Amino acid sequence: MPGPFRLREGGHIDRTRSLRFTFDGRPLGGFEGDTIASALLANGISVVGRGMKFHRPRGVLSAGVEEPNALITVGSGARREPSVRATVEPLVDGLIAASQNRWPSVNFDFGRVNDLFHRLLPAGFYNKTFMWPNWHLFEPAIRRMAGLGVAPSEPDPDHYEWRNAHCDVLVIGGGAAGLLAAFMAGRSGARVLLLESDRALGGGLNWERGSLGHITPDFRVRHASQDLSALPQMRVLMNTTAVGAYDHEVVTAVQRSLPSDRARWRQRWWRIRAKRIVLATGAFEQPLVFPFNDRPGIMLAGAIRHYLNRYAVSAGQRVALATNNDSAYQVAFDLKAAGVPIPCLLDSRPRPSAELVRAASSAGIEVHSDARITATRGGSRIESLRFSAGGMPQREIACDALGMSGGWNPVAHLYCQAGGRLRFDANAACLVPDEKLESFCAVGAAAGVFTLNTAMAQVTSAMGALLKTMNLSGSTSIPEWADYPHLDPPGTVGQVGYTDEARRDRSWVDFQHDVTVSDVDLAVRENLVSVEHVKRYTTVGMSIEQGKTSNLNALAVLAHRTNRMIPDVGTTSFRPPFVPVTLGAIAGGRNGRFYRPVRLLPAHLQHAALGASFEDYGGWQRPACYLKREDEAQSAAVQRELRALRTGVGVFDASPLGKILVRGPDAAEFLDHMYVNAMRTLTPGKVRYGLMLNERGVIIDDGVCARLSAEDFWVNTTGAGADRICAWFDEWLQGEWPHLQVVTTDVTSALATITITGPKARNVLGALPSDMDVSREAFPHMQARVGSLCGVPCRILRVSFTGELSYEISVPAEFGSSLWERICAVGQPFGIEPFGVESLLLARTEKGYLHVGADTDGNTVPADVGFGEAVAKKTGDFVGRRSLTLAEHLRPDRLQLVGLRCVGGTEAFNAGAHLLDRKLTRVPQDTAGYLTSACSSPTLEQHVGLGLLRNGRARLGETVYLVDGGKQSSAVVVSPTHYDPSGARLNV
Amino acid sequence: MMQIECPYCGKRDETEFSYGGEAHLVRPGPDVDDRTWTEYLFFRDNTKGVHAERWRHSRGCGQWFNALRDTATHRFLAVYRLTDERPPLPTDLQR
Repeated sequence: MPGPFRLREGGHIDRTRSLRFTFDGRPLGGFEGDTIASALLANGISVVGRGMKFHRPRGVLSAGVEEPNALITVGSGARREPSVRATVEPLVDGLIAASQNRWPSVNFDFGRVNDLFHRLLPAGFYNKTFMWPNWHLFEPAIRRMAGLGVAPSEPDPDHYEWRNAHCDVLVIGGGAAGLLAAFMAGRSGARVLLLESDRALGGGLNWERGSLGHITPDFRVRHASQDLSALPQMRVLMNTTAVGAYDHEVVTAVQRSLPSDRARWRQRWWRIRAKRIVLATGAFEQPLVFPFNDRPGIMLAGAIRHYLNRYAVSAGQRVALATNNDSAYQVAFDLKAAGVPIPCLLDSRPRPSAELVRAASSAGIEVHSDARITATRGGSRIESLRFSAGGMPQREIACDALGMSGGWNPVAHLYCQAGGRLRFDANAACLVPDEKLESFCAVGAAAGVFTLNTAMAQVTSAMGALLKTMNLSGSTSIPEWADYPHLDPPGTVGQVGYTDEARRDRSWVDFQHDVTVSDVDLAVRENLVSVEHVKRYTTVGMSIEQGKTSNLNALAVLAHRTNRMIPDVGTTSFRPPFVPVTLGAIAGGRNGRFYRPVRLLPAHLQHAALGASFEDYGGWQRPACYLKREDEAQSAAVQRELRALRTGVGVFDASPLGKILVRGPDAAEFLDHMYVNAMRTLTPGKVRYGLMLNERGVIIDDGVCARLSAEDFWVNTTGAGADRICAWFDEWLQGEWPHLQVVTTDVTSALATITITGPKARNVLGALPSDMDVSREAFPHMQARVGSLCGVPCRILRVSFTGELSYEISVPAEFGSSLWERICAVGQPFGIEPFGVESLLLARTEKGYLHVGADTDGNTVPADVGFGEAVAKKTGDFVGRRSLTLAEHLRPDRLQLVGLRCVGGTEAFNAGAHLLDRKLTRVPQDTAGYLTSACSSPTLEQHVGLGLLRNGRARLGETVYLVDGGKQSSAVVVSPTHYDPSGARLNV
Repeated sequence: MMQIECPYCGKRDETEFSYGGEAHLVRPGPDVDDRTWTEYLFFRDNTKGVHAERWRHSRGCGQWFNALRDTATHRFLAVYRLTDERPPLPTDLQR
């Protein structure tokens, strides 16, 4: 059943296919081919939303992506989508739509009370209010009121895809100009990609009425489409909106699936690299600014024509028109032809084209020149307007719709995003791309050319020049479908913006954010005259429409108020995306499990079988601990594992440990430059612990370094540091010392590493078949051996991170899982226990071993952690050495690594607790450092930790006070080596 | 997204590279005064225009190289080896 505003015939809708939908629960009907907005208008729905601040009723303003008012929530549950623009969303059967930003309903909204106080709520009022007694008192209420629409809370169930494309010429927009541009490029042999945001090609041709010349718009679009399909390297993407232009001719676009494809993919995110980009994006009509220009039923004149011709919907039953340019006259002629009464056409120009006025008059349309609207009336729909023309007394005209045209402004966003600039065309009162950006060209209305015949000539010349820069040339003949009859150039556009002094507080420039002319005035009064300041202070152009129908008017008002010309005011920066993009499209398939590649240990399956509780450590899935029974708590498991490795033997998968081979005649010299410690003097077979610094002298990594032979070194780094240190080595070798003959190879993931640790570690290692002598005398602590173990090549380092006898065994990764199994098998009689990262960290904390990045921060130098002597003994330069003698690093009160032992109490303390010299009596109080690692030590049956304390090493035995989240405790300063200070257990 | 020409691998997306800051820094010897050393650590030209800088093809061949890039337009004017001298600007850009 067609709605009251649906014309009996015409339009590109399929009247044989009725669709049903609901709006705020109300059942309504439409046709296939409708958008939600056209269907709402057809049903006579005038109020579709509420303004952000004053909650005044809002109606559909436009017929495109620039829509500020008709933002509705579509769907329900996990697929609910807020702030959908009803003007571009196709109507589908069964659609559930709801208005936003209103309570209890869009027709009766309590928020309207704000409108009564509008004088107290100008731009920026919230910067001057809500302060006493405390902002946080108001915050919850304001957060509830702010925003448009509610996002779904369930995860998005739909699928999104990424696509990449390359082309020679990217044409954005498939209207009259874009079709010709794409055709010319394709005809010359270029690979062309044409993007069209709508579901049909043709752009403005889709809302032309009747023929243009001897052929219809429909004929033109059909034949253009056929000609394009015939070109071999032409690709056309429909329902695809270009949203961002980036460096080096990259453009991103969002493609929306047809309903039939939606189950497989909902949206595609395209990344396109082109050689040249053609903007055929058209122009946005601008609203007129006058008092009470925000009422439902007041629309863009071109949108009225769009709804009339494309959807067979009349915006009203008495449609008035107001304009500052020629284009509204065609709207009047089309309405007249469709039988819609037009009470008046108000032209703000003192002398509009005599020909147009004559044509309008003979069509029975009353035209007034030098006419300005002074007010409008109406509640949920406009009822009348008042205007004055040429000094005559004001008159009131009844109408139920008003089409306003403030001129057309090119859609140049992508041009500006790519760094291009705009120039002001005074004749057309619009901002046009300046043609200086090399790889871009704008055509048609996007270039400020608004008549079809002239536009086609402009396309021909622009494309000819563009193709020439690519050494392509082709015919410049215009196909029949692009041959338009001659039209006179349009008349000069009248004044933009608002210069009257009356009712500036009720004349809107931004309908969505409720920004009026008086708000711009206020910004100027407060000396915020830069366009960037005015934007942010008033929030004009900062809502979902991002200035598409608000920026130009705001600029004009600002220019007038500050006695400047529009070009001198300038524009604010254009940033992607051009229209809102759902995060799902940008994420593509990279969510959940696919957010980041997961690195698994070689013996992952074995760990899982043993009940490992996996966690992410630096991108690796590692056992935090192993749960022997399902109900074993993690803390209990960690304590059990620690006890086992201290008294018996434990086995640990250390495969993420960084392993870098450094080889060559100059390897020793090189490593001597990279480490604080002397590596040059290391003899083959020996291992030395070392610190690496950056040039500021700050510790960036630590680990052992083994010398395997004269020219072969085996460098271990922290697990997280492997990639970083490898890159670091490359930087110095390639950049500073390219003459050194050194080759570095990162073998971290090529080798599996398994650590056997504990008093019985040697028993287990000895039980494995090998060609190496692993007896106590033959293989002392801090040494390395190379040989074969269980028949596979291996390197063993006798080094310890637990404080017990320890062997780190590295074999090719493919043998990692079988070696783990062998070790577990031969370890059975010795009670071998697998242990995870948490008990390892607990063990090293008891032992006071450094954990770079936890026990050191961005300022920690070697002397701070007890390596001052190593620096002093080192001869020769190393990276960061010179920084260690800067005054800052010689201060006596620097944070130094100490151990801390809890005094009394049973409460554990946490890393991050502040260390204080005196008990905390009142804030503020100076801190003396902080706790960096902490644990409940089962070995020592105490809470112990490590910390950085001012002048800490001189304060052994002192008591310091800890503050941690409001809780206070105290601790004694001790040496970091809580457990086995003499190191006897390492030498068993 | 910039496209950078690795001298060894050819043109690649910028996501394959890591940025290495200003090029042609000369590391002072170990005996310089504090001022010279800290200037080497912290002072950099903040050029608007053609900037000589280092890049590493970290997700490719792992090699470092130098480049001339216009910091205002992101146009790359030259890539050259890490140890080469800074080349003159292409002739069409010399003013």
